[in-house]
Amino acid sequence: MRRIPSRRSRQRRTARGIGLAVMALVLAGCSGEQTMLDPKGPFSQDPDTLFKYVLIVAAVVFVFVQGLIIFTSWRFRRKDGDNDIPEQVHGNTALEIVWTVIPLAILVAIAIPTVRQVIALAEEPDGAMVVEVIGHRWWWEYRYPDSGVITANELVIPVGTPIRLEMRAEESGAPDRGVLHSFWVPALAGKQDVIPGRVSTLNMQADEPGRYLGQCAEYCGLSHANMRNRAVALEPDDFEAWVAAQQQPSEVAAAFAGLSAADLEAEVVPDGIDQEVGRGYYLFQSANCVACHGQINAEPVASADDFVASQGPNLTHLLSRREFAGAIFDLYEREDPDDPNADFTDQVDVEQLTAWVTNAPSQKAMTPEDGVGMPSFEPGTDNTGGLAGGLPPEDIDAVIAYLLTME
Amino acid sequence: MATTTAPPQTRSRSLLSRPTALDGLKGYLATTDHKKIGIMYFWSVLVFFFFGGVASWVIRAQLAAAENTLVNEEVYNQAFTLHGLTMVFLVVMPLGAAFFNYLIPLQIGARDVAFPRLNAFSFWTFLFGGLFLYSSLFFQAVPNGGWFGYAPLSTQIPGDNMAFYAVGLQIVGIASLSAAVNFITTILNMRAPGMEFMRMPVFVWMSLVTNFLLLFALPIIAVALFMLNGDVVFGTQFFQPATGGDPILWQHLFWLFGHPEVYIMILPAMGIVSEVMPTFSRKPLFGYTAMVFAGVAIGFIGFGVWAHHMFTSAVGPIGRVAFGLTTMFIAVPTGIKIFNWVFTMWGGKVRFTTAMLFSVGFVSMFTIGGLSGVTHAIVPHDAQQTDTYWIVAHFHYVLFGGALFGLVSGIYYYFPKVTGKLLNETLGKWHFWTWLIGFNLTFGPMHMSGLLGQPRRTAVLPGELGPDVLLYNQLSTAGVAVLTVSALIFLFNFITSLRSGEASGDDPWDARTLEWMTPSPTPYVNFYEIPTVTARDEFWERKYAETEDGVVRPVPMGASQDHGEPVPVGDTATVEGTGNASAVPDDIAVTEDVALAKVTSDDHGGNPDAADDDHHIHMPDPSYWPLIMCAGFIPLGYGLTFAAPTLIVLGALWLMIGMFGWILEPLAEGDDDYDPDAVHA
Repeated sequence: MRRIPSRRSRQRRTARGIGLAVMALVLAGCSGEQTMLDPKGPFSQDPDTLFKYVLIVAAVVFVFVQGLIIFTSWRFRRKDGDNDIPEQVHGNTALEIVWTVIPLAILVAIAIPTVRQVIALAEEPDGAMVVEVIGHRWWWEYRYPDSGVITANELVIPVGTPIRLEMRAEESGAPDRGVLHSFWVPALAGKQDVIPGRVSTLNMQADEPGRYLGQCAEYCGLSHANMRNRAVALEPDDFEAWVAAQQQPSEVAAAFAGLSAADLEAEVVPDGIDQEVGRGYYLFQSANCVACHGQINAEPVASADDFVASQGPNLTHLLSRREFAGAIFDLYEREDPDDPNADFTDQVDVEQLTAWVTNAPSQKAMTPEDGVGMPSFEPGTDNTGGLAGGLPPEDIDAVIAYLLTME
Repeated sequence: MATTTAPPQTRSRSLLSRPTALDGLKGYLATTDHKKIGIMYFWSVLVFFFFGGVASWVIRAQLAAAENTLVNEEVYNQAFTLHGLTMVFLVVMPLGAAFFNYLIPLQIGARDVAFPRLNAFSFWTFLFGGLFLYSSLFFQAVPNGGWFGYAPLSTQIPGDNMAFYAVGLQIVGIASLSAAVNFITTILNMRAPGMEFMRMPVFVWMSLVTNFLLLFALPIIAVALFMLNGDVVFGTQFFQPATGGDPILWQHLFWLFGHPEVYIMILPAMGIVSEVMPTFSRKPLFGYTAMVFAGVAIGFIGFGVWAHHMFTSAVGPIGRVAFGLTTMFIAVPTGIKIFNWVFTMWGGKVRFTTAMLFSVGFVSMFTIGGLSGVTHAIVPHDAQQTDTYWIVAHFHYVLFGGALFGLVSGIYYYFPKVTGKLLNETLGKWHFWTWLIGFNLTFGPMHMSGLLGQPRRTAVLPGELGPDVLLYNQLSTAGVAVLTVSALIFLFNFITSLRSGEASGDDPWDARTLEWMTPSPTPYVNFYEIPTVTARDEFWERKYAETEDGVVRPVPMGASQDHGEPVPVGDTATVEGTGNASAVPDDIAVTEDVALAKVTSDDHGGNPDAADDDHHIHMPDPSYWPLIMCAGFIPLGYGLTFAAPTLIVLGALWLMIGMFGWILEPLAEGDDDYDPDAVHA
């Protein structure tokens, strides 16, 4: 059975020398895919402007106070042999009033724009598109009530439109189970906690297309580190096309939906469907993948009425996404396999996908025995919730063949 | 307590007789001496600090490479939880308690705390609580839900991990709560004659504020932990939304305790720095009154900022505005303190001993933590910063650069008082500079990795964050290596100086406050004669006199006693708040009797003989009962962790028996008068 140490395959150039490090620190020092210093939309831009203004004020105070400490220490150090006793000064009311009032004035100057912005950011923006966000352990689900689309990990949004995220936490499809998460894509907005049993809201907007990196920011247990996400901003036309494609059913699932009960019983593969894909389809049912990934759409969707809840990510258009499993694994290979931020090729990373389907808990820390996460299908693994005896490699390959039709 | 006659003179040792040994192992196990208890706090802290440091090594080793697989998620999550719990509850808080114990009675001119046995109880409860928490290692159930233990996650993690959290912190909290009662009572009631509130050393003031914070904050976390214990172990539903509970309730309760907790950790260090800086500048503290009121203000406002930990939770825009404003304005009293410290040095003759270096380091590093703290009050941007390494950097500058630097300064400053020896200054300076460099190398880069988007509490450093973030993490890891070397230098210095350090004399720093009037190491009775206080810097005023033209000159030896003039009877400020207006002395001899009466009245019902002869000093007797009683927390703790009713009943009975033994044991064993002449001889 193939099992690849995928973490290591993604591992970057590792340790460098300290000398080089310090040099790089001085020269560059300010870039990163998840930086909060490079806002790409109004809801991240305004706080950033305010923050940088405060940083400048803080820098002035910093230089003044540290300078004062160093100057005082140097100027009033005791010299050897100097045993005189200095004048016993107990205080100076005027000075003390000065260093009470000046900081107070600085803080008032900071407080006024802060208060204004807090109120402004909380309001729902005009013409906002609503997306429902659901935090699961340990992946994000997105539901588009206007179009009936359900997707996972990659939040696709149109450029230039304010997005109103309505967020909650669920577990196993139960609306008031689950744990706290926090949705955060720093380039587009600050973070907001996601709370079981409540709906919290967050405004975001992207002003230019791109794939923006995010990360669950509220500790949510074992695999908190592996709960990442992307916001994918598309030009409005591309976004429309994406929605239209997402509304389409899976061709294979639609073909099987046309079969009679007897044909299904006999595991007949419809015309035009590859035999291996057909076998994968039936394995997907018999190995109970459908228990969590039941929502492979066999019919088009059009609105929130067509939402079908399920525990796991919707796989209908799996291949329309670039990353999977909480956006920690690449679904497609990168042009430069050593650079985790390189552009994607159109080549699916079948090896990684196979490793995941075979034994997911070995790839990402999960506890399927407690009902959180995907079980292993590798024969011989002791893993409650998995399949007794597991699935042989050729069966896994058939399931993969079926998954690869979900474009 | 009613006045009793002298206790029965009996030589037969019954179960309830009191131990008398003051030395050796027995002397420590049964001690009610505030100094020994303080020393035991210190050694316990040293051991826990090692384990907290080991946890930080795990964290830094894992983050030294992107996508590292050195430890798995479970181990990492346990490591950061244990690191936080240890450093907060088992290092910084009890290190503060070590100083409270040793210094408060000495600085106020008392011979012990108000409730000496309760003091022993506090220590043993703390120690057992810490050991209980660490015993989770043997059950493979180390807490893994973060030091903040957010519900409902903490109630849903499989295993007993978070049960150990809830019960362990509960026990440690009982220790702090009982200690708070003790120290508040001590400071309010046991000050030497003439020590008005506004003559108390600033450390005593900060201790008073801290212990009031503990008194009000700990019951809140006690309730929260009780509820969490119920949800985790017994199936209650306080924090479960599915059955009408509320996960946000935990956050409010936790931070209502958790933010005052920050000031509980920093205020004792501020107090120490306020003692060290005047001594080594040879000047009084600049703006004493402002310092005191700023400390009190911080205590008050500290209760009004808790929801700034929840700006991205469920407080709404009005709550965000209100708590953003309080968070900003707590910077004002903090700023006042910083400027007052700097101006204490201004115009002085500053001696840069290691203790002074750590205090100046405190002011400098704490300022950085204060400035990054103000950025959290920029609520819209706090939504970016929170739960990133920007926050990790901030609170380490406050709690390490602040609290720990101040407390280490105190260790160097008071080592001679406790041991009669000096710590080696050369090694001390090596310790300081490596500590300062290592600290900034560890936590400085975290500002950057935080702004570049590195979240907290993630077991994996994603490669996607880019090479700069990785670089900053590697610098942090290198910084921990420097800190480790620095800590070893300190440990070496500490142990060698303890064995063969240079004799310090009684007043090696030319200090200003009462504790330096006692011999070093401090004798069992602290003060052979309780001093009468006439000035804020009483000891300094006895040593130096100011001439008409403002020149300060040393007072010749022996003359200093005359300088301590009697407190004028009827001085209202003296009477205020001390509760013993009638006891205002008119000469020193009576003074001591008054102090004697105070010492004896708390634990022994007052010994009428004591007043007859002022050479007989009545000290609290040792007792095994605090230790015996506290041991009951162990079965009770495991019972509450594993839902074992037998153990719960056993533990409760044990505690009750211990309590009765405590109450019923004789007030003193035999002739309990302590004869200082025997010591003088």
